Amino acid sequence: MEKFVRLEGLVAPLDRANVDTDAIIPKQFLKSIKRSGFGPNLFDEWRYRDVGEPGQDVAQRPRKDDFVLNQPRYQGAQILLTRKNFGCGSSREHAPWALLDFGFRALIAESFADIFFNNCFKNGILPIVLPAAEVDALFVQVTETPGYRLLIDLERQRVVRPDGKLLPFVIDAFRRECLLNGWDDIGLTLRHADLIRAFEEQRRRQQPWLFA
Amino acid sequence: MPQTLYEKLWQDHLVHQEADGTALIYIDRHLVHEVTSPQAFEGLKLAGRKPWRVSSIVATADHNTPTDHWDRGIEDPVSRLQVETLDANIREVGALAYFPFKDPRQGIVHVVGPESGATLPGMTVVCGDSHTSTHGAFACMAHGIGTSEVEHVLATQCLLQKKSRTMLLRVDGVLGKGVTAKDLALAIIGHIGTAGGTGYAIEFAGSAVRSLSMEGRMTLCNMAIEGGARLGMVAVDEVTIDYLRGRPFAPKGEQWQQAIALWRTLRSDDGAEFDHVVDLPAGEIGPQVSWGTSPEMVVAIDACVPDPAREGDPVKREGMERALVYMGLSANTPIREIALDKIFIGSCTNSRIEDLRAAAGVVRGKKVASSIRLAMVVPGSGLVKRQAEDEGLDEIFRAAGFEWREPGCSMCLAMNADRLEAGERCASTSNRNFEGRQGAGGRTHLVSPEMAAAAAIAGHFCDVRELL
Ligand code: SF4
Repeated sequence: MEKFVRLEGLVAPLDRANVDTDAIIPKQFLKSIKRSGFGPNLFDEWRYRDVGEPGQDVAQRPRKDDFVLNQPRYQGAQILLTRKNFGCGSSREHAPWALLDFGFRALIAESFADIFFNNCFKNGILPIVLPAAEVDALFVQVTETPGYRLLIDLERQRVVRPDGKLLPFVIDAFRRECLLNGWDDIGLTLRHADLIRAFEEQRRRQQPWLFA
Repeated sequence: MPQTLYEKLWQDHLVHQEADGTALIYIDRHLVHEVTSPQAFEGLKLAGRKPWRVSSIVATADHNTPTDHWDRGIEDPVSRLQVETLDANIREVGALAYFPFKDPRQGIVHVVGPESGATLPGMTVVCGDSHTSTHGAFACMAHGIGTSEVEHVLATQCLLQKKSRTMLLRVDGVLGKGVTAKDLALAIIGHIGTAGGTGYAIEFAGSAVRSLSMEGRMTLCNMAIEGGARLGMVAVDEVTIDYLRGRPFAPKGEQWQQAIALWRTLRSDDGAEFDHVVDLPAGEIGPQVSWGTSPEMVVAIDACVPDPAREGDPVKREGMERALVYMGLSANTPIREIALDKIFIGSCTNSRIEDLRAAAGVVRGKKVASSIRLAMVVPGSGLVKRQAEDEGLDEIFRAAGFEWREPGCSMCLAMNADRLEAGERCASTSNRNFEGRQGAGGRTHLVSPEMAAAAAIAGHFCDVRELL
């Protein structure tokens, strides 16, 4: 996993609440057995006017010009600003894979759905929860200011606005460490292999039917 | 100190805890299907790691499999590759049980697990699928995980978790005639919202929940995730134990006796404290129909499509307006006047034998309205299908004009050939009405099996209570 320490990047505003994982990456693209290549189909039904199928040349497809990610001013955005309950719905990790593949490294919203939130950390994406009033203010600033950028400083746990205002955010210490160092969860867990084995043996003795 | 069911399950699986509360939780049962596992098996192999305990794995192919013409195999090459990849992976590593495409016991992973007795009380159950919450009906700590976590469980038999807060969702009273577990689930989501359960483990309790069958409890827990909660659960009682007795992977003989003694302790202690309590009187709930593009956009059958003009919150209002445009509906239209193109009875929410019996009860001796283009029944598993056929339910559906299909996820998410065309309107017993969920541009209304059956006969929504 790629490290996440500081990110200074262009912000794209997606002004909708409850954006679900079916919208982030529609199911026909879930048939892939790879982890990459989902970026061109991120928000497929909102970005294109035709029906998306795997294997199409997206450059040839008609776009919905008014959709935010199709607007020239947001090309190259690395930070997605959105509304509450982003990522609700399925557990498909294809959703964070598509966001990452498209170029997003950080997401800002009032809240995120649980499983999606968790999946982001496994892929080096930082989902930041900010209070509603601050999210509102950011939406105003982004839409009013072409080229609007934010600085995200994970070490100091804060977002820095261009006007200098600091927006502190909360993150679990463990998740923060993993992101800062780009650690692989599995490797970390396997340091406890002896504990797991001992736990398992005891469980097998007490509830043998679980191991049938 | 009195403990909640969730706290007991958490304590019972805790291997290790970091200073910030991040815990290593042991996983008893790992359900695997073709869509979210290939990258996990590949990752494992690339890292040179071996699966920790293959006897925890129960696998099946369900999302991509066709529901008709099984003799032709899987015609879509991309879907076929995914199913073949699962075959190859399971053949290589092994499993407690594998129900491949065309196996008589194949089916939707959340139907197959419980019916084979592979889901047992007190287990942690995970799967790369958000509706794993279904298994909470057996007092399991059961939730969906992403593919990285699938790989993590394969490699370590554990997950890194933060403890959830606890919510008691208490439904006392009696559900009215024609009001089902599905209506209860939808009414709950309408009440708490799709983010209402975020961060919580929900325990469903109260006399109305106790009176549900295991099938009904699975329907309820299945939809916990639509209310934002990864976990939904119901305490063990005699209904749970009766359901499990004699199932292939349930313990036998002396172990069965030991197991049921332990299972009976899987309930919240009297006086246990929850972080949040919600009370919903059962008697006030009527048959539900979703009208929008989120499961919280739901009303009772006798209501009208809500009017965004009366919504004070601007973000919500805009969401409602967008939903009405997508759904092709106008505010204040009576729900009963909404005409349908397709009917789908199936999915891990409502495809068990009890669901099919209930729908068949409504359909018996009647005909699907001529305006309906397609009405289909997709049993949740091969075993459900066979049982339904033994009971003659397939004949009832066929005689009425329904198609009787092979088991799988089917039009719940339309990864196979079963789907809505743009603009088509469907009464569906599945769990998600998101934009494009059942096919690009398709319009989904979530209902119970009885309500879907009644809508098939009438051609539009109608109150199933008037038909009973
Ligand atoms: S039936 Fe639908 S919700 Fe259930 S596992 Fe299959 S696709 Fe997911």
